[in-house]
This record gives sequence, C-alpha cells and structure tokens, in this order.
Amino acid sequence: MNSLLSAIDWARAQFALTAIYHWLFVPLTLGLGLIMSIMETKYYRTGDTFWRKTAQFWQRLFGINFAMGIATGIILEFEFGTNWSNYSWFVGDIFGAPLAIEGIVAFFMESTFVAVMYFGWEKVSRGFHLASTWLTWLGATISAWWILVANSWMQYPVGCEFNPDTMRNEMTSFLDVALSPFAIDKFCHTVISSWIVGAVFVVAVSGWYLLKRREAEREMSLKSLRIAAIVGLIASVLAAATGHKSAQTVAAVQPMKLAAMEALYDGGTGQGLKVIEGIEVPYALSFMATNDFNGYVPGINDILKGYTRADGTVEPSAKEKMERGRIAIDTLAAYRQAKAEGANEATLNAQLSTLNTNMPYFGYGFIKDESELVPPVAVNFWAFRVMVGFGSLFILFFAYLLFISWKQKKTLSPLPRDGESLTSFENSAQQPPSITGGVGGESFYPNWLLWLAIILVPCAYICSESGWLVAEFGRQPWTIQDMLPVGASVSDIGASAVATTFWLFLVLFTTMLAVEINIMLKQIKKGEPFPARGE
Amino acid sequence: MITLSSLISLLQTALPLEGEQGGGLSYSFLQHYWCFVVALLGAILVFLLFVQGANSVAGSLGQTEQGRRLIYNSTGRKWEFTFTTLVTFGGAFFASYPLFYSTSFGGAYWLWMLILFTFVVQAVSYEFQNKIGNFLGPKTFQFCLTLNGILGPLLLGGAVATFFEGSNFIVEKGNLLALPALTGEGSGEGLPVISHWANASHGLDALLNPWVLVFGFAVVFLARTLGILYVMNNIDDEDIRSRGSVRLIGSAVPFVILFVAYLVHLLMKDGYAYDPATGIIFMEPYKYLHNLLDMWYLLVILLIGVVLVLYGIAIEIFGRSTSQRSTFNSQLNKGIWPAGIGTVLTVLALLLCSAWNNTAYYPSTADLQSSLTMQNSCSSEFTLRTMFYVSLLVPFVLAYIVYAWRAIDRKKLTREELDESSHAY
Repeated sequence: MNSLLSAIDWARAQFALTAIYHWLFVPLTLGLGLIMSIMETKYYRTGDTFWRKTAQFWQRLFGINFAMGIATGIILEFEFGTNWSNYSWFVGDIFGAPLAIEGIVAFFMESTFVAVMYFGWEKVSRGFHLASTWLTWLGATISAWWILVANSWMQYPVGCEFNPDTMRNEMTSFLDVALSPFAIDKFCHTVISSWIVGAVFVVAVSGWYLLKRREAEREMSLKSLRIAAIVGLIASVLAAATGHKSAQTVAAVQPMKLAAMEALYDGGTGQGLKVIEGIEVPYALSFMATNDFNGYVPGINDILKGYTRADGTVEPSAKEKMERGRIAIDTLAAYRQAKAEGANEATLNAQLSTLNTNMPYFGYGFIKDESELVPPVAVNFWAFRVMVGFGSLFILFFAYLLFISWKQKKTLSPLPRDGESLTSFENSAQQPPSITGGVGGESFYPNWLLWLAIILVPCAYICSESGWLVAEFGRQPWTIQDMLPVGASVSDIGASAVATTFWLFLVLFTTMLAVEINIMLKQIKKGEPFPARGE
Repeated sequence: MITLSSLISLLQTALPLEGEQGGGLSYSFLQHYWCFVVALLGAILVFLLFVQGANSVAGSLGQTEQGRRLIYNSTGRKWEFTFTTLVTFGGAFFASYPLFYSTSFGGAYWLWMLILFTFVVQAVSYEFQNKIGNFLGPKTFQFCLTLNGILGPLLLGGAVATFFEGSNFIVEKGNLLALPALTGEGSGEGLPVISHWANASHGLDALLNPWVLVFGFAVVFLARTLGILYVMNNIDDEDIRSRGSVRLIGSAVPFVILFVAYLVHLLMKDGYAYDPATGIIFMEPYKYLHNLLDMWYLLVILLIGVVLVLYGIAIEIFGRSTSQRSTFNSQLNKGIWPAGIGTVLTVLALLLCSAWNNTAYYPSTADLQSSLTMQNSCSSEFTLRTMFYVSLLVPFVLAYIVYAWRAIDRKKLTREELDESSHAY
C-alpha cells in the first residue's frame, strides 16, 4: 500500500510542481502582452517614436518571461503521457483533441509572430509588426482557451460516453466539450485574472522608476502606469464577476469542492459565507451558490451520507456510489470475459444494461474508503480566501490609482500630448507636479502607493496560484470528476523514478527562475534611455 | 496491400457527402489520414532539427565569440518553430493515437524525460545567455544549447528507430479492472495500469540496440548537415561560410554512411505485420521492403527525397562558384532548400512505411500481440473526423509561417544587425 501511494503521490507532486512553475509565467505573458499591444497600437496611430520605445521596453521584459513560460510548458504537454498514462488512454479520445488544436492553432501563432515582434522592427511595415504583436498575445490567449477547455473537461466531463469494447471514453459531441459552460467560465476568469498580474507588474515597475526619480523613464512610467491602471481596474472588476459565475458552476457540478472551499461540513439552507472561522456573512454562501439567499448548500458530511437536492432528486451516499462503482467494474470485466467466450447477445445486452446503469459511478469503484472523497479542506479553504482577499484589494488599489491619475489630469498640468515635450512645463505658469514628494508640491502618486504597488507583485502571483490550488486540490481525488480517481490514472513508474525527476525539475526550474528574476531586475534597473522630447 | 488505386478509392469515399451524418470520411481513411498528418509533422520536425544541428557545431563553426553569437542569433530566430512542431507532434499523436501516447510516454519514461530536459534548457538558453544578470554565465547556456543540439536529435532519432526495431512494453487493457487488494498480505499492490514497460530501464534499453544508435546518430549528423547549410545561407559572413564548407563534409559523409547502412538494414530485416481481419500480429521477412514495393509511390517519394538531400549538400560543397550560381534559380542554389525538402520527403516516406500497409508501427519485443497498429491504437471515428476538419486549418498555418519566415529572413544576418538590433541574443 505504501509503495502504491508513494508512486501516486510523487506523480501528483510532480504535476503540481510543473504546473505551479508554468503558471508563474503564463499570467504575465497574457497580461503584459495585452498592455504592450495597446502601447504599440498608440505608436501605430500616432507615429510618435516615444510609444515605439515604450512598447520595445515592455517587450524586452515580456521576452524574458515568455522564454520561461515555454520552457516550463513543454513538460506539461507530455506529462499526461509520462506520468498519467492510464488517464491518457482512458480519456485521450476526448482530452487529446484540445491539446492538438492548441498546438496547431495557438502555439504556431505565438511562435511565428513573436519572432516578427522581436526581430521585425526594421524588416516589416508598422502595420505588420503591430499585427504580429497582437497575434502573439492572441496566440497565447487561444492557447489558454484550449488548455482550459481540457482542464474544464476534467472538472465536468461532458460530450462523451464509455465504450466497453474499447475500454475507454469516447467523444460524442465536440461542441459540448469546447463550449462547456464550465470552460467558458474558467477561461474568462483565468485570462482576465492574468491581466491583473500584467497590470500590477507594469504599475510596480513604473512606480519604481518614479520612486527612484529616474528622469529618463519618467514620462514612460507615468503613461504606462495610467494604461496599466485602467486595464487593472477593468480586469479586477471582471475577475470578481466571473469568479462569482465560476463559483455557481462549481456549486452545481462539484459540490464537494465548494464544501471544501468553505470548510462546510454540515450544510443546509440559508448558509453564510465564512470570511474566516468565526466571522461570517449571513446567507452569502447560499446566494453565491444558488442565487437564492435560502438556497440549499450541501456540506461534506451531507455529500458523503447522501442528500436531497432542491429539485427533489436524491444524491446517493458515498457508500452507495462506491458499491455501484464496483458493480460497474465487475460487470465490465464479466462483459469482456463473456464476449471473449462468445456469449449470446441476450447475455451481453443484460450485462451492458447493468453497466450503463452503474457507469456514472465507475470511478467510485476504485475508492477504498469514503474519506478519500474529501479534498484537502485546509488548502481549499485558505487558498480561496487568499484569492478573494487579494482580488478585492486589487479593485480598491486600481480604483484609487485611477482616481489619483484622474485628479492629476483634472487639477494639475496635464501630461504632454503625444509629440509635446515634458520640459515645456518649465516655462508655463503651472509647475509640473512632483512625482514623489519632491520640492514644489504635493505628490500625486504618494510614495506609499508606489511602494504598495511593488509589494503587490508577489501578492498578485500568490493570488493567481491560489486560484489554481482551489481548482485542482478541490478536484481531488479525481483526475476526471467522478469518472477516474488519481489512483487509477497513473503510469506504472516506480516511486523512486518519479521522485528523481521531481527533484530534478525542482532544482532545474528553481535555478532557471532565480536566473530569470535576476535578469528581469537587472533589465528593469538598466531601464530605457528615452531621449528628451525634441531630441 | 495498399495500391495507388485503393488509395484513390479511399480518397473518393472520404469526400464528405452533404446531408449524410458524419460525411463520407471512412474510419479507415481517417486512420490513414491522421497517420499521414503525424508523419508529416514528424518529418517537418526532423528538418527543423537544423536548429539543433547548427547549435551543436556553433563552437567550431563560429570560432570567435562574435561568430558564435551570429550562429545563435540565426538559429534563435527559428528555434521556436522546432519547439512548437515537437509539441504539436506530441499533441497530434495524443489526439489521433492515444494508446501510443500513453504506452510510449508512460513506458519509455527515461528516454522521453531526457529528451524533454534538453528542450527545457534550450528554451531559456537563447534569451538568458548574454543578458545582464545571468549569474550562470553565457557558457552555461551555450553548453545547454550544445547539449540539446546533440542529445535532442540523437534521442528523437532513437525514438523513431523503435518504430522499426521494437520496444519492450506490454499492453493489457483488462488491467484497468484489476483492483488492488484492499486488505491482507500484498494489499495495495498492483496498479490498474493498462500498459507497462517490461523492465526497469523505462526506455533506456532502446539505446542498447546498435541499430537504434545508428539511426540516432544518422539524425544527429543530418541535423548538423542541415544546420550548417542553413547557417551558411542565412548569415552574411565569409569566415562562417568558408568554415561551413569544410564542416559540411565532416557531417554529410557520416550522415550518408549511417543512413545508407540503416536503410539497407531496414529493407533486409523482418518487420511487424498484422492481419486487418483478425488483428493478429506476425513477423514478416523483408516487411519494409515489401511495403515500399507495394506502395511504390512511397518508394518514389523516398528516392526523390534522398536525391534532393544529396543534391542540396552537393551544390553547397561543389557549386559555390559564381558561374554555377548564375546557372540556377537563386532559391534552388541554396543548398538548405533542396536538402530540407528532401529531408521532409525522406522521413515522411519512412514513417508511412512503418505504419501503412498493415504494419505495426510501434512493435513490442516483449509481447508481439501488444504491438500497436493504426487500427488498435487510434482514436474513435468521431474524434478523428472532428480533428480532420481542424486539420484543414493547417495550410493556413503553413502559409503564415512561410510569410513570416520570409519577412524575417529577407536580408541575411550580419554582425552589424546584431549590434543595431533592439532584440539580439
């Protein structure tokens, strides 16, 4: 038993490690990609070389991050096969398609146009270069779509049916898979939340230049900060809205995940939402889950014991599901045996009927104890709170940032329009505002706000990763919800082998991350020598 | 046996008929079609290994730091194509032949992990090597590029060779239903895994087969040959070009020797055939020779491919004089293009030879009946048909790749461009 669990747990740990590392880089690709595309669009529209240099500056930082995203991503593409071969066979007929489409449609788009973006400034027209920058971002976004379609299918398997003759699940509706409501919610929430990471990054870097009174980068910082603040506020608000929608979908199709997120052991109607243990918002959980302040929300114990849903249907107990799962497994084995021995059609049909009746609980047949059906509650509970807490903070942060920016625009000298010189203010009656409490006036971006922006960078990453912890820990023990648990999904690789590759990846990725961060910080410190206007 | 006429019949029945649910694409056609698509991706991947090949000789070809930097920047404008093709190759294989994906990747664990490690380090090596803040130093990442440049083609070539030589795995789908014992002695033992490697080497045992190494090193030297050809024509630097001519011979000769040796071995060896009616797999003497004779069009493609590769090498070595250059079309005079097209055709023909005409494309040396064929390892008809429609996007993808490639390579890379460029490695 110990060696069995170890092999499974090492496989889970390795996938979690590689996925967490990959997700350190993807959000910045998506978020910074959007912001730098907006900046290059301003260059295209105005012809002002300021915007070209600004876009090139952010593209340099983008490139450092993008490389890591690629490096950490390739292992995930193949890890479904290396460490989860049973899973790959059992559901590959459905799961493989989104991955293939991701490669054909998205990866080639990214890899082709990023080369034009990097190396094509002097070789292609402004319009083609702009299109390439947008297509790089679009490729990354489409890639996110298809991989999230795949992940959503793991959470809510639709558009398929089990084929007892081929011993696998087979796709019956591509549209059900590609446009599953779970996939749409997940895509919107995940991609929009990535824009927050990009926005925080740009604000933080810009803020650092302002704090250090880097005159060469001042105009770039001010203008980049404003664009990022707008993107950040819109993204923060939309992330909250899409998060609410996602929670409702989870409540409908993954009630155990919702119960774990709330550490709700005994559910009921009119459930409150825990802020932390001991502090609760009355009726909020019922509303969040069902749009009804008195809606029924099952707890962990209710799900294990079985409960009656609001529509009157009964959710069987865990014990019953496990029994029916074993019936499905035994019936499938008997069916295969009977078919091999040439049994008559009536016998086979009877077995198929029993199988079909119990097939929805097939995965439960592999579960040995109902305690396995409970995901790690503490991880889900706190990860959800970290995510929502920081998410709420970002709304306030970007709102205040934009307020300050608006106040500066309304009451003080405006920033130079494209083409104008910042130094023209020196001759005007109104003095330019001090950036950071310097001589001459009140700062309009207070130091504490700019320092907060820098502190919020790791917070944005923690927030983003927390979302994935909720999504994936909340799914346990299933690789495919209700269909296949982790214990029946792994490859036949010994624990020591997987442990070895785990440690190798940990050392390799951590080393690469350390180099990447150092390069990024040095590149930021080096900055961009913008010439003074008129030069 | 697939003849040209039966192939045409398959194509005719494959035309989707309006109003008919699912169209006229037969399951057999779809299996062959997706085998073709995966083989084509594999063939393009081998061509794109010129990136790895050039990196593996950057030290001797570049000689100076500036020279090496030119080479890394030349391949650095294309490395993502190779990477993406590798990833898409894996994804397409997963979607169309999931049993191969699960059996090979889950079984030959160490072989695939080694391949992936070299590509992981390659991905950051370009961007990081000369950046301020790289505390590992440029030589570390240049070593990574060299490592990927040698091991990548070697191990990928070795993996492809196992399509002909066989691998040590066993598939038993019934294992899924063998639940581990819950209590008592031996409780928890046994995984419900449908495929496993027959020994603890998990793929490394393939490297003990000398013919796998022959093919692997043939791919290494092919990648080097293509890499040198590419660099000679992409970089405007006389030193690199003159060194390239010499290095080209040093790579092309071993490639030709190893490739011919393997080809002869392949055509003489027993192969893994199967009866499409029963699914029974059996050994057939001279199977791959029979395949090429039965599918004569593949033989033609193979021969054209080989001739083009040799032609591409030859014109670069022998045809660099001004008078000869003016004789040919300016594109054809660049050795990389005929050699590259020839590589794609040759590898395509070989890969199709491994799978079409009732051949087990992933044979098992541990249990013959566990061998994978198109029939017993492919996705469902629905999935293959759905993916068929997705694959219609591929010509558009290829078109924009060609367009962008030409835009970037409009002018040869020079030292001056590196100094002036806003983004150089």
